[in-house]
Amino acid sequence: MRHGEHPSGAADPAAPDGPSAGRVGTEIRVSALSKVFRGGQSETRALDLVDLEIGAGEFTAIVGPSGCGKSTLMRLIAGLLPATTGEVSIGGQDVSGPHTNLGIVFQKPILLEWRNVLKNVLLQTEMRHRNDPDLVDRARALLAVVGLAGFEDRYPHELSGGMQQRVAIVRALIHDPPLLLMDEPFGALDALTREQMRIDLEELWLASRQTVVFITHSIDEAVLLADRVVVMSPRPGRVERIVDIDLPRPRGLAARKHPRFTEPVDMITEIFLARGVLHSGRQGPKLAAT
Amino acid sequence: MTAAADTPAAWGGVRRLLVWVTGVRYILVSFIVLFVVWEIGVRVFAVPTYLLPPPSLVWLEFTERWLHVLKHTWVTAEEIVVGYVIAVVVSIPMAIAIAYSRVVERTAYPLIVFLQIVPKIAIAPLFIIWFGFGFTPKLLLVFLLSFFPIVVASIAGFKSIDEETMELARSTGAGTWMIFRKIRLPHAMPSIFTGLKVAAALSSTAAVVAEFVASDKGLGYLLLQYNGDLQTPMVFATIIVLSIVGLIVYYAVELIERLVIPWHVSQRVDGAGMGMV
Ligand SMILES: Nc1ncnc2c1ncn2[C@@H]1O[C@H](COP(=O)(O)OP(=O)(O)OP(=O)(O)O)[C@@H](O)[C@H]1O
Ligand SMILES: [Mg+2]
Repeated sequence: MRHGEHPSGAADPAAPDGPSAGRVGTEIRVSALSKVFRGGQSETRALDLVDLEIGAGEFTAIVGPSGCGKSTLMRLIAGLLPATTGEVSIGGQDVSGPHTNLGIVFQKPILLEWRNVLKNVLLQTEMRHRNDPDLVDRARALLAVVGLAGFEDRYPHELSGGMQQRVAIVRALIHDPPLLLMDEPFGALDALTREQMRIDLEELWLASRQTVVFITHSIDEAVLLADRVVVMSPRPGRVERIVDIDLPRPRGLAARKHPRFTEPVDMITEIFLARGVLHSGRQGPKLAAT
Repeated sequence: MTAAADTPAAWGGVRRLLVWVTGVRYILVSFIVLFVVWEIGVRVFAVPTYLLPPPSLVWLEFTERWLHVLKHTWVTAEEIVVGYVIAVVVSIPMAIAIAYSRVVERTAYPLIVFLQIVPKIAIAPLFIIWFGFGFTPKLLLVFLLSFFPIVVASIAGFKSIDEETMELARSTGAGTWMIFRKIRLPHAMPSIFTGLKVAAALSSTAAVVAEFVASDKGLGYLLLQYNGDLQTPMVFATIIVLSIVGLIVYYAVELIERLVIPWHVSQRVDGAGMGMV
């Protein structure tokens, strides 16, 4: 952590039962999950028979081409969208409405323009009827971790897109949820900040071991962060392959040179090449029809 | 924008004041020019006063009869304020009901859209038949003209919230009331105020038109009287007083807007915000 302080841990006021106790009952089971969007005459099959199991405390990354249904899968897990067929359960309980014991980072920051940075973060706890004054300190500490110290009083329109997304990340962490769903949280960040946020997120996760579902376009990022990488096929989204990552943690900057980093990266790249998601330039246009 | 973000809040305030003063100065200059040209033009071309009196004469006659004008101003102001306030009190809850309930939306919304198209001013004579010459028909016309802009803008405000913001809200497990208070209401506020300002501008027109149709007091009545007697300087004086009443109502609403949603107003200030002054 950049600033030496640690916003989560045993003395954490926001943690309900200490750092590890909240993590049980967050295992996710997705079975034969399909989602079809119907609009007028058109029909979009976004997900097709997805099966997936994510253990409690596990860090899972999901990679796949644009439009393959990653965001849809996250919404279905969170209970924000009804499935067309199939089931999702969290901690053995069927998800049939919004699951609330979690933190979500959406693909867009979704900040409230009438609230400053600090108040946007605290929206999470206010909506949960939690008004512990210590939460303000925790919010400030977390904002400092993502490099937003001194910006607490700024309004969203005064921030860059990357800064807004970092506020959204803190908002998802403030109530110390046992489950984190993150939809391309670093998508709007520049390469440097992105690398730093990646390292910081791993550090936060190592300290509190949430169950994390992390959606990304970046194969590198997925491999560097996750215990397992779920590779999805082009639309309709299916689980193409699940790749276990066996890199020692913490995976700082050096991890990129590790053979256990390059191997899975090459492997996933191969999968995308084979599926026509990627193609090498020399062989001419070989883009798969979408 | 960047400069504004880097300066402390106090400087922002001073800068805004300067912008405002500069704006007001230009307007003042253009008014002075207008009055001088008017005065000189009328005198040079010897325009008869019953056609176009010089501003000096308008002022002179007004100073002699201001108390009389003030008495009628009070009547009109009361019609405007009471009608407007009732419109606000009725339209905003109605907009909430339409935004929240499918049934209310299906039944009330098409009706509102239809009634909005009816030229409300055309109903004024009917109000006289129904409610006589007193306060009620004026109040009703003010209400009617103010109601539609507020209700339509408020509905738009409550409904325009994007799906993702609602998803964020639902993921916290918050109840309907909490989501309304913390998200939907503040989100709708700028839109509501747009409606409130349109309604404020219409309300003085509504009061005067109602007084034109039938009344024995108020600025509309006074205007017709002076017009009939060819007391053109007083016609001008009354129109000016009427404009001032309208401006006061409008800026009262804008002041409330500044107090209620400063976050929205401050975002406009660098751009088109001063356009209204
Ligand atoms: N609400 C909706 N109504 C209709 N179609 C939708 C809706 N949401 C998503 N889709 C469709 O479902 C498919 C998957 O969308 P989704 O947003 O899940 O993709 P994604 O993998 O997150 O893509 P990206 O990486 O670009 O964010 C797309 O074809 C999209 O058009
Ligand atoms: Mg997406």
